[in-house]
Amino acid sequence: MLIKQAPDIPSSEITSESVYRRRRQILKAMLAGGAMMAAHPAMALDRYALESDDKRYPGPDWLQTKLRAAKAGDPVTGESLTPYTDVTGHNNFYEFGLGKEDPKAKAQNFNTDPWKVEISGEVGKPGTYTLEDLLKPHALEERIYRLRCVEAWSMVIPWVGFPLGDLIKRFEPTGNAKYVEFTTLQDPAQMPGQRSFFSTLDWPYVEGLRMDEAMHPLAILAVGVYGDALPPQNGAPLRLVVPWKYGFKSIKSIVRIRLTEEMPKVTWNQTAPSEYGFYANVNPKVDHPRWSQATERRLPSSLFSPHIIDTRMFNGYADQVAHLYSGMDLRKWF
Amino acid sequence: MVLSIADIHRSSTGRRVFWWLMFLLPLMPLAWIVFKTLEQDLGADPAQTIVTFLGLWTLRFLLITLAVTPVRRVFGWLWAQRYRRMYGLYTLFYACLHLLAFATFILGWRPDLIARELSERPYIIVGFIAWLGLVALGMTSTRGWVRRLGRRWQQLHYLVYPIAVLAMIHFAWLIRAGFGQVLFYALLLALLLGYRVKSLVKRRAGIVHPS
Repeated sequence: MLIKQAPDIPSSEITSESVYRRRRQILKAMLAGGAMMAAHPAMALDRYALESDDKRYPGPDWLQTKLRAAKAGDPVTGESLTPYTDVTGHNNFYEFGLGKEDPKAKAQNFNTDPWKVEISGEVGKPGTYTLEDLLKPHALEERIYRLRCVEAWSMVIPWVGFPLGDLIKRFEPTGNAKYVEFTTLQDPAQMPGQRSFFSTLDWPYVEGLRMDEAMHPLAILAVGVYGDALPPQNGAPLRLVVPWKYGFKSIKSIVRIRLTEEMPKVTWNQTAPSEYGFYANVNPKVDHPRWSQATERRLPSSLFSPHIIDTRMFNGYADQVAHLYSGMDLRKWF
Repeated sequence: MVLSIADIHRSSTGRRVFWWLMFLLPLMPLAWIVFKTLEQDLGADPAQTIVTFLGLWTLRFLLITLAVTPVRRVFGWLWAQRYRRMYGLYTLFYACLHLLAFATFILGWRPDLIARELSERPYIIVGFIAWLGLVALGMTSTRGWVRRLGRRWQQLHYLVYPIAVLAMIHFAWLIRAGFGQVLFYALLLALLLGYRVKSLVKRRAGIVHPS
């Protein structure tokens, strides 16, 4: 199989033609806005504030300050953002129920502040850190990514976060670190889904990445969405976002990051190994055993002309990530 | 004075009023989902919500239809028999809406997607076969067909049992995690089918039910 090498410049860095043609105008506008920006650096992400009257989540003060300083991200060319109300009202977060509207309904009292994260395993500096200390050295930036659910629906979401690789480097991985394992909070008192007798999933939820995947600049840890803090239903206060993999890889409400030598036992793979692999890369050529992955419905979708689009290899991020899997049989390692 | 449903059926006005009640009630789920759709109150994925809702009501009407005979015999509710065909036809009605909603809202009537779903997806194939079975039963539910088919009519309409099993498989195959709901409906179906097995065994043993 021929896999293209990643170009030196990721496509996200390339100035789009429309911006290039309007560069003088844009520069002028930026200069004019400079004074305002200095007084109110929030400008960039504040543009979302007026878009909906749904509940916003400012987060603790220290986080709000960091979010306000975040650099705005590049839009996904030709694809519009999924509205805030849909991004925060249509979630798979089985800890709060199986229905798509359950997380929003049942997670509002989920306590995400204070929050601690354990860093352990094959690292030089293991320990348990408050979220504030964990985030301190990292500047936040917006990343607008496609999200492709394994159930064949998709969204475009403006996350705010920072590269996962930057965090991992800080804790000095040892030579034995081959994988990164993430664990979601286990707290049945707060998470009704973890009390369900009929669930086939084992708690806590565990996900993992190979080390080179985790170090890839597209993989981020997100603390915000649409310019504000993450709502509890979206995995507050800290979640993974790996845009070239199915959504379930992007684990929510992380309490532990452990570097390991062995491949982590990830939840969906443990539950149904024939349906969910460890890699779970978006791949239109490898169907889920029960349904097709060749197309997806971009949400929100209008009833009488459903927005059906072809699913792209690695969710459209093939140029950046395909080299990670060169020589691998992606049918076997699905 | 308390009137039982059997009492109501003694007068022709009572029968007519009750018939209309039984006829209009099953339209409530449809009215509700149409209302929610017009209100745009179905979340980010109304297509999936509508299809799932109609599918669930198809299954519920199928179970109600299958419950008529046991209920008539166990509780002596002879009036229930009058509504068996109506609820069978409502099962078909909701099954058609379910299929139509799937083809329109999820597949957008794209021929390539329809061909793919019908040839490759076991749960779709199973559901489609169940629908074809319901169509056959619905079409032969008229008095004319009952007369024309004679004894074979009953044999044909025993198809409702395999149809119900296929519908349950279709439902269970969609589950990713959490089997509580499927288990509930599967138990109901097992109960209703178990009753038939029990009657069959009794009949073989020579005890004949009045029916």
